[in-house]
Amino acid sequence: MTSLDPASRADPVPAVPKAAETPLRRFVSDYCDSRLAVGAALLLAVIVLVALLAPWIAPQDPYDLAVVSIFDARQPPGAQSMDGYTFWLGTDGAGRDLLSAIIYGLRISLSVGVASGVIAIIVGMTVGLLAAYAGGRTENLIMRVVDIQLSLPAVLIALILLAILGKGIDKIIIALVIAQWAYYARTVRASALVERRREYVEAAACLGLSHARIVFRHILPNCVAPLIVVGTVQTAHAIALEATLSFLGVGLPQTEPSLGLLISNGFEYMLSGKYWIAVFPGVALLITIVSINMVGDQLRDVLNPRLQK
Amino acid sequence: MSVFILRRLLQSALVMVAMAVLVFFGVHLVGDPVYMFITPDMDQADIENVTRALGLDRPIWEQFWIFMTNAVRGNLGQSFIFGEPALGLILQRMPATLELAFAALLMAVVIGIPLGLYAGLYPDGIPAKTIMAGSILGFSLPTFWVGIMMIMIFAVILGWLPSTGRGDTVEVFGLHLSFLTLDGLRHLALPALNLALLKISLVIRLTRAGTREAMFQDYIKFARAKGLSRPRIVGVHLLKNILIPVVTVLGLEFGSLIAFSVVTETIFAWPGMGKLLIEAIQQLDRPIIVAYLVMIVFLFVVINLVVDILYSILDPRVRLGDRGQ
Repeated sequence: MTSLDPASRADPVPAVPKAAETPLRRFVSDYCDSRLAVGAALLLAVIVLVALLAPWIAPQDPYDLAVVSIFDARQPPGAQSMDGYTFWLGTDGAGRDLLSAIIYGLRISLSVGVASGVIAIIVGMTVGLLAAYAGGRTENLIMRVVDIQLSLPAVLIALILLAILGKGIDKIIIALVIAQWAYYARTVRASALVERRREYVEAAACLGLSHARIVFRHILPNCVAPLIVVGTVQTAHAIALEATLSFLGVGLPQTEPSLGLLISNGFEYMLSGKYWIAVFPGVALLITIVSINMVGDQLRDVLNPRLQK
Repeated sequence: MSVFILRRLLQSALVMVAMAVLVFFGVHLVGDPVYMFITPDMDQADIENVTRALGLDRPIWEQFWIFMTNAVRGNLGQSFIFGEPALGLILQRMPATLELAFAALLMAVVIGIPLGLYAGLYPDGIPAKTIMAGSILGFSLPTFWVGIMMIMIFAVILGWLPSTGRGDTVEVFGLHLSFLTLDGLRHLALPALNLALLKISLVIRLTRAGTREAMFQDYIKFARAKGLSRPRIVGVHLLKNILIPVVTVLGLEFGSLIAFSVVTETIFAWPGMGKLLIEAIQQLDRPIIVAYLVMIVFLFVVINLVVDILYSILDPRVRLGDRGQ
C-alpha cells in the first residue's frame, strides 16, 4: 500500500527532524496541504488494492458457474441466496453477486486504463522527445500529425478503430493508446523544447555524450513533472472512455465484464425499476474516476513550477 | 489569408483521402459481411451470388478503385443492410443529430456563461465554490452514466419526461424538426441536457477564468473610474472581451458534440447518425461506417476552418498568414 500512495510516504519523515529538505519531502508536504487530495489519494489506494486482491476479497467468484445460480437472478440489494448468503448489492441478470462482479469489473477497468496509459506515455514521450530534439522537418511532420489527431475527439478515434479492430481487451488497449498518445507527445515536446536550450544540454553535448543519452538521461528527467499530471488525468479519461465504448457494445466482449459492460447489462433492466444492476457499477466507476481526477488536480498544483512558493 | 485558406483546404483534402483509405482497408480486415445475409437453407451457389451482388468477389484493389471513383462523384457506396446509398442514409439522419447538437450548444451558452460570470465575480462565496465543484463533476462523470441516471430519475421515478425517441416533428423546408412542438421539446430536453453537460462545465471554467483575469485589466478600472454602473461594466465591457475565447472554444467543441452524440443517441434512442453508426458497426455494414467517417472528417475540417477565420475577424491581433513561422 505504501508504494502506491504518495501521501503515506509522509510517515517516516518525523523520525528525522533535522533532515535537509529533499525534493520528495517537499513534494509530499505540498501535496498534503489539501486534506481533500489526501483523502482522494487514500481512496484511490484502497480502490487499487481492492482491484489487485479481487480473487481474495470478493465474496463470490462471479464467473464460477458452480457458485452462480440463475435462480438468484435480479435479486434486490440485501436479499438472501438459497444457501443463506446475503447479496449486499443485489444480483445481476445472470444471478451473479453484484458486489463481486463490481470488484472483478474494477480490476478489468483499471488494468485497461493503466495499461493503455503506460503504453501511450511511452509512445508519446518518445515521439515528443524525438520531435523536440530533432527539430526541422521531422518535428514539423510529427506535430502536424499530432495537431490533426487532436482536432478529432478521442471517443471518435477509438470508436472508428474498434469498428476496424473488433472486440477484445488487447484491441481496446490498442485503440486507447492510438487515441491518447498525441496528448503526451504534445506535452513532452513543449517541455523538451525549453529544456534542450538549457546550458546543461550544451554541456552534455560538449562532453561528447551520445544523442540517446542526452535525450533520455538529461532532457527526459526534466520533462517528467508535466507528464505525471497529464498521465493521471488521461488515465481517468481512458477508464471513462473504455466504459463508454463497452457500454456502446464495441469495447470489451461479455467474457471480460468491465464496469462499463456491467452498466450496459443493467441498463435493460432499469426501465422495469431494477435500478441496482446499472447504478452500483456506475457508482464504483464514478468514485474511481473522481478520485483519480482529484489526485491529478492536486498534482498539477504541486508540480506546476509557476505556482511554487 | 487566401493562401492560408487554400493551403488548409489542400491539407484537409489530404487528411480526408488518407482517412478514407485507412478505414476502407481497415474495415475490410474484420468479419465477412456476407454472413449477415445468408440463411441456413442457402447453398454454396446462393452465397456466391450474394457475394457477387455486394461486389465482394473482386480483388480488394478493384473494390477500392470503384469506391474512390464513386466517392469523387459523391457516391459512397450502398448500405448492405438497407440497400440504399450510404451517404443518403447519413444525410437523412443528420438533421436529428444537428438539432440535438445545436440544442446542447444553446444550453451550454445559456447556462454556462451566467454561472461562470457569477463564479468569476464573486470567487470566494459559497455559491461560486458550489458551481466550480459542480463543473469538476461535469468533467469527471462519463456522459453515458449521467444519461442513464437522467432516465432513471426523470423518466422512471418521476415520470416527467419521455426517455426515448424524438416525439412529434414538424416539417420545415423538408427537414423534420422536434423543437417546434411541445412533445418534441419534451423529448429533446433530456438528451440535449445530457450532451450539453460537459460543455456547460467547460463554458463555466472559461468564463470564470476570463472574468477573473479581465477584472484587473486597465479598461475595467478605467470604466469604473469613469463612473459607469456595475451592470454596464460587466454586461458590456467585460462580457465583450471574455466572449472571444468562449466563442472560439465552443466552435471547436461543436465537432466533439457531434462525436459524443453517438453516446447520447444510443442511450436515448435518438434517431440520428450516431445511432446509425453504432448499428452499422454491430451489423458490419461497411459502406455506412466509411461514409460516416468521411462525412464527420469533412464536418471537422469545415468547422476548424470556419473557427480559424472567425477568430481572425474577432481578434485582429491574430494574423492567419503568419502561422508556423
